[in-house]
Order: sequence, then C-alpha cells, then structure tokens
Amino acid sequence: MTGDIDWLGLNGSGGPPSSVLDDPPDALTTPDEEEGTGPGAAAGAPPAVVELVDVTRSFPGPPVVDALTSVNLRIDPGDYVSIIGPSGSGKSTLLNLLGLLDRPTSGDYLLDGVATGRASESVRSALRGGRIGFVFQSFHLLPHRTVLDNVLLATLYSGVPRGERQERARAALDRVHLSHRVDFTPTTLSGGERQRVAVARAVVAGPHLLLADEPTGNLDSTNSVEIMELFDELHADGLTLVVITHDPAVSARAQRRVRIADGRLTELDR
Amino acid sequence: MTGFFGALAEAWDELRVHKLRVLLALIGVAVAVCAITTITAAGDMLRQVSAEANERWSGRPATLSVSAYPTGQEIPGVEEYVAAYEDITARYEVEYSSMVMWSETTFRFPGGTMPTQTNAVSADWATMHRFVVDGGRWFTESDADNLSPALVVNQAFLDALGQRIEDHPTITIGGENPVEATVIGSYANTWPGEPPAAYMLVESKLRWSTPESLMNTGPPSLELWVPTDTVDALTDAVRRDLSGAIAGAQVDVSRMDSPDMNMIDGATKWVILGVSAVALLLGGLGLVNIALVTVRYRIREIGIRRSFGASSGRVFFSVLMESVVATVVAGVVGVSLAIVILHNVPLDTMMGSPVQDRPGFPVSAAVTGMVAAVSVGALAGLIPALVAVRVKVIDAIRY
Repeated sequence: MTGDIDWLGLNGSGGPPSSVLDDPPDALTTPDEEEGTGPGAAAGAPPAVVELVDVTRSFPGPPVVDALTSVNLRIDPGDYVSIIGPSGSGKSTLLNLLGLLDRPTSGDYLLDGVATGRASESVRSALRGGRIGFVFQSFHLLPHRTVLDNVLLATLYSGVPRGERQERARAALDRVHLSHRVDFTPTTLSGGERQRVAVARAVVAGPHLLLADEPTGNLDSTNSVEIMELFDELHADGLTLVVITHDPAVSARAQRRVRIADGRLTELDR
Repeated sequence: MTGFFGALAEAWDELRVHKLRVLLALIGVAVAVCAITTITAAGDMLRQVSAEANERWSGRPATLSVSAYPTGQEIPGVEEYVAAYEDITARYEVEYSSMVMWSETTFRFPGGTMPTQTNAVSADWATMHRFVVDGGRWFTESDADNLSPALVVNQAFLDALGQRIEDHPTITIGGENPVEATVIGSYANTWPGEPPAAYMLVESKLRWSTPESLMNTGPPSLELWVPTDTVDALTDAVRRDLSGAIAGAQVDVSRMDSPDMNMIDGATKWVILGVSAVALLLGGLGLVNIALVTVRYRIREIGIRRSFGASSGRVFFSVLMESVVATVVAGVVGVSLAIVILHNVPLDTMMGSPVQDRPGFPVSAAVTGMVAAVSVGALAGLIPALVAVRVKVIDAIRY
C-alpha cells in the first residue's frame, strides 16, 4: 500500500497513522468486504486509491444543475493524474468529492477501498485527516502562525502521535527545502515558499492521496516550475497525486491526463 | 481523553496567538469576577463594620443588661447592688461583666467648673463594647487602687482642658469631696460638637462620691457578656436571683445587642448576589459578541482545519474550550485583582471606622466567581461553537 512509503524519510513513521487504519471494520467497510466483489476488486491486488463508481453530483435548483454525471474514475497507488477543464466544467465539484468535502448524489466513492458515500461524518473526517493531503491555489496558510505551526496543524487530526509531530513537521519542511524558514510567519514568505509550506503541510501526515487545486494558479512561472518539480519528486517517491488545473503546461507534467467537460470525464492519454 | 487534551491545547494555543482578541474578551469577565469577589468582600466588611458599630453601642452578642429599680419607700444602698451583682457574676462564672453608672461629675476646667457626663464602668467594659482609645490607654484592674481616680476622656474634654494626652494631664473633680484625677487615655469625639465626656472605674466612683450624690445618680446597672445559647436560661436565673437579693426592686434583665442582624445579613447577601450576577451577565454578553465576530473572522481557518481532518465535534469543542479557557484565565485575573484591591483599599475606614476583627478573604466568593466565569464561558462559547460547526468547508476554502 502507498501508506508504507516513507515520504519524509522517517523510518517506521511513514504512511497513515494507525488510529485511522485501525478503525473497526463496521466503520470502514468496503463493498468488497461486504459482498466479496466490487467495482475494482481483483484477487490479491491492492485497492485503488481512488475509485469513483457512477458518481453523479446534482445541485438542487431550479434549475437543477448536474455538475458531475455518471463519472467513473480509478486512480491506482502511485498514479499522477491531472484533471483539466475550463471554468464551470465541474473541476471544483470533483475535487470536493475526492477530498471528502462533499458527498455524491448517487454512485459511490471508494478511498483506499473504503466506501465513503454514506459513511458517517466522523469516518469521513478521519479518512480526510489520515489519507488525504490538500494543496490549495491560495495556499490557505494561517497568517498568525509560524511555518512550523502551519505544518503541525495537519498532524493534529490525523492521529500522528504527539511525540512524533515536531520531528515529522521539520522533516516535511526539510523535504520542501524550507528548513531555514520554520520560525517565519507565512506573510514574510514569497508565493513559492508559501506553496512549498502548503505542500509540506499536505504530506506531513503521510497521506495516500495528494489533492492539488490549481497549485500554480497564484505563482509566477519560476515558482510554478519549482512546485511542479516538487510534485515530480513526490510522485517519484510513490505518492499518488491528483492535480486539478486549467493550465495545459501543469497538466502535461502528469502521467495521466483526464479532461472534464460538462460534468463528464475523458481520459486523454495514458 | 487524547481528543480532550488536544482540544484544550489547541484552545490555549489559539488564545496565545490572538492575544488582543483574548484581552478584549477577558476584560468584561475579569471585571465581573473581580466585582463578585470584591463586592462580596465589601459586603462582608460592611456587615462587620455595621456589627462592630452596633456592638460599640449595645455590646457583643450576647450582652445582658441587668437593672433593679427600687419600687418601695426603702431605697437600697449602692453597696447592696454591688454585692448582689458580684454574687451573680461569680455564681454564673461570667468572664466579662461591668457595672455601669451614668452620672454628671463636676470637673474644674481652666475655663470654669463644668458638670460633665461621666460613665463609671469596669475595665471589662471596653472589651465588651469594642471600645478603643486613640491616645494613652484604657483602664486596668489595678487602676482601681489608685488614690487619684483614673479617667479616659473624649477629645472635647482634652480641648476644654487645653492639654494633650501625652502631657499626662490632671484635673480636679469638684463638689463636696474634691480630688485630683489623672487622665490616662483619650478617644475621638463620637459626633461633631460632642461636649466633654469621661469614663472612670466604678471603684473610683464609689470611693470618691458621697452617699448623697450616689443616691442622686440612681442605682447602678450590670452588663454581662454571655454565650448566645445561654441567654434565655441566664435571663430567668439572674432575674430570679436579683429579685431575691434586692427586696422590693423591679428587676429587668434584657438583651442589649440585636440578634436581628442576621436578617439584614441575608438581605445584603441577596443584593450582592444580584449585582454580581448582572455584572457577570454583561461580561458574558461581551464575550459572546467578541467570540461571534471572531468565528466569522476565522471561517477560513475552520475550513482549513476541517479539510485536514478536524471533525465537526472537534471544531465545536475547540471553539467552546477557547471560550472556557479564556474565562478561566479571566477568572484568575479577576480574583487576583480582587486580592490586590482588598489588600490595598481600606474598605472599613471608607465605610465608617476601622474594624477590630477584619473579615477574611472571601474564598467562597472567589470560587463562586470562578465557577460562574467558567459557566458563562461555556454558555458564551456555545453559540460561536454552533456557528463554527455550521461553516461550510467548501465555501470556507473556495478562494
């Protein structure tokens, strides 16, 4: 499983925290476990990190808006996927669903084989904290906290043991080459540095899936290249990445490219 | 449990980062807790000042006044009274007692002879009435042996004499049996414009007054300071004994102090409680206001926390705990402030006169204040916590 990969070079502490993985079966059941077969079930094969099964997301009107229509998507461990599409195509809706910030109207979303569509809010929060890392276009760092505190934030809810948090946060900052900025506040950093802090925060808890929403949208070309190179490195280390963008250059860095238009997905190449 | 301490640490961290916000929120609650503690202490002090003022006039609880007025043709001599009173005091082992004789004594002041109100008492009388001198000293038992009667006089007396207590003044008591008296102590005038007045020992009064003048003075009375729970039994016993000892006299035994003081205590307590509750409520309202504004301001942060796995319960508890932790800090500040105020402000002097038995720090009020502060913190945190939980994560992190 991807969780066994040590993103931060901390032996034994990589991957999702045990408190999330050890959730009781009744809390985190998968269709495979319930019925023996599932959309992505394959004997002996690890489950897909992301598996969308006939997912539709409609917003009540009038008029009713179908932001996503019967979407099927499978992302395996270690995949680097870009989702590209114009404004209003359903990118944000898809990101919200993938990040467990929203629920599908119909269909199901399996994260690491765990059915999340009808899971309780506490299970979804635990999955979000332990298995997903977010990188936002606007960085979303807390301005009054130091860089280190911002990174530590992601360890609070992911089950990382208290004694390991500092070490992991510093290792994550070292991973994005910001060891010399730990005590700075985000307001004193450049845009590129802020986004690197955001990346460190996203990977500090050892997620299975890194979701990046227009990660270079607020950066100049030099900083954009730096961030994309960082994503390449994380991908090379085995992390599963999903980058949502409207920038073809950013999209081109990914191993798989998926186009979204009118709420439907099309695989561009593989 | 880990979640609880995590939320607690998070709340503390949040308060540490937002010092100004916390300071603003704390002021109202800290002032309220300080007010509760200080008002309670002031109430305690007011009760003590009032009680001591009362006790100066009527004696400490329970003081019995014993008198026996002759009703027949035959008027008993003073020595009969003295013997009967000494007998009663000894029989009932009354530790503090004093005979009291009010009379007018003629003093020869430099400006002329002046009849002066004089109260003849025992040395115990000062303790029984919380009487204090502000110069010189009060009587001791040995002053009864002095050939020159000892006097404790008011400031008006000293002024009329034209001397200070440090000069060890003497004055001649006129009349048929003149004697040089020594002023050993002085006290402040009880009210502005008070005429000269003096205390002397009963023994001195009896020694230097002629039987005729004593007959004019009227019979002496007796004051007994007795345990409160024995008042009723002693009243009956003393009345019975004295009626037997002084034949034909109408014996009156009554309580001088006011046992009804407790009713005033109760009323004062309710008023204080009411004022404090209003103060705390106002502080709490300020807290709700600031907390609500803060939550609105922190919607994005809450969204970020939610996106990194904070459950709605955790967010609710964190915001609630921020308020509670803030009010705990406010409570501690308020109580500390109250301690400083009570230590440095002479409440008793401001309310009238210095008290002899200073009430202790109202620990129960401080604890009540703290508990109330925490409760207000929890209540004040409830609304912002509910608002925080209702934050839509998607909207919060959209831009």
